Amino acid sequence: MTSPAKPAPLTAPRIRTPALDPLLTLGVVAFIAALVRAAFFTPPDAAQGMAQKILYIHAPSAFTALYLACGLVFICSGLWLWLKDERLDRMADASAEVGLAFMTVVLITGPLWGRPIWGAFWTWDAKLTSSLFLWFVLLGYQILRGAVEEPQARARFSAVLGILAGCLVPFIHLSVYLFRTLHPMPVVLKPSAPSMPNEMLVSFVFSMSAITLLFAGLLRARYRLATDRAELEHLEARR
Amino acid sequence: MPPDLLSAALIIARKDLAIEFRTRSAFFSVVVFSLLAIAIFYFAFDPTAVSSADLAPGVLWVTFAFGGLLGLHRSFGVEQAEGAMDALLSSPIPRESIFLGKAAANLVFVLAVQAIAIPGVVLFYNVGGGMVWLTIAGVTILAAIGMVAVGTLFSSVVVNTRLAELLLPLLALPFFVPIVTSAAQATLQLLSGHGATPAANWLKLLAAYDLVFVAACTWIYPHSLDA
Repeated sequence: MTSPAKPAPLTAPRIRTPALDPLLTLGVVAFIAALVRAAFFTPPDAAQGMAQKILYIHAPSAFTALYLACGLVFICSGLWLWLKDERLDRMADASAEVGLAFMTVVLITGPLWGRPIWGAFWTWDAKLTSSLFLWFVLLGYQILRGAVEEPQARARFSAVLGILAGCLVPFIHLSVYLFRTLHPMPVVLKPSAPSMPNEMLVSFVFSMSAITLLFAGLLRARYRLATDRAELEHLEARR
Repeated sequence: MPPDLLSAALIIARKDLAIEFRTRSAFFSVVVFSLLAIAIFYFAFDPTAVSSADLAPGVLWVTFAFGGLLGLHRSFGVEQAEGAMDALLSSPIPRESIFLGKAAANLVFVLAVQAIAIPGVVLFYNVGGGMVWLTIAGVTILAAIGMVAVGTLFSSVVVNTRLAELLLPLLALPFFVPIVTSAAQATLQLLSGHGATPAANWLKLLAAYDLVFVAACTWIYPHSLDA
């Protein structure tokens, strides 16, 4: 009687990630430096006092989440439908999750500023409402991904949601013009020249770059995690 | 010769409506749900603080969104039994027709529910308005088109997931926000006698939403299926 042939031993994937991710480390250091500069080396606002300093985190995070992360999800989802490359799906997955983290930062820092300035943590203003619903869409995206086991189907469904979410954003933005808004209008990223003192502007540009760098670092780390997960799924499927 | 896009869609829509007409299970459940929701909302607010006429548009459109979700889930749910979906996919019709047919059947379903829910709101909330309700019927059609486009697509996606019906509201409700907001604001403007001008912007938003999402969902539906 012969024992059944043993399957070939599974080899552990090679560990490629160094102990300290240089891009992520740079992002974290730049972010801390930007915080220090904003807190201690930038004059407080004449009207809003110290509360205004939250701008240095809030606005760059909103920019990163809205335009970089959601833009990437939209572009990668669209390209996935065309090219069916699993790397695009991983990129969409990674940017959606990092975007969700930055959107959470936006939704936490906003009320912290709103309380002393507006007298309320939350108002149902158009920008707040649209950020909240975008956050829900990103959350739904994560839950949808978690609810589909088969990688191809998961990629397909999340690409569909990614593209439709991209179509939804302009409609949510349109409501900004139809609702009366309490939210401050952009002071830096607007068609005319930035209406901000030079010192504040330098701090703002600094924290903008730092947060973009942090986003890039987190995105790359999360993308690698997605690759490792896919590799693990392959290995488990072989077992 | 296989039928073209629209006539194939019509066949699918007639099939779905025939199933619904013969069983009527979903229709009555959703109608009863809508009437119950309208009644419950009344007691959830203090009628001495907010006049019931001011409350009516919000209640109407929130009920519309939730009732719609209940009905929409069945759209692809009924095709799960005995491999009906595979049969549908292997039939010689464009896949866009399956989507358009399902969406058309859902549109009839949602409008039929609204045909009972709107008089329910008028009755329970004691709102006047008279001929204005004809314009509101137009708002309902615009709102329903956008809602069934997105809802039908998500219904086809969620039946293939582990969470199934739990996931539909989670995915679809953020997409219903512009619809519910626009429809409720337009209804409020129309009922408060400000005339059609303030409501017109909201109606334009609704119409644009319909155009974009009917086109996007029809185009994307075949991509959501297994090649």
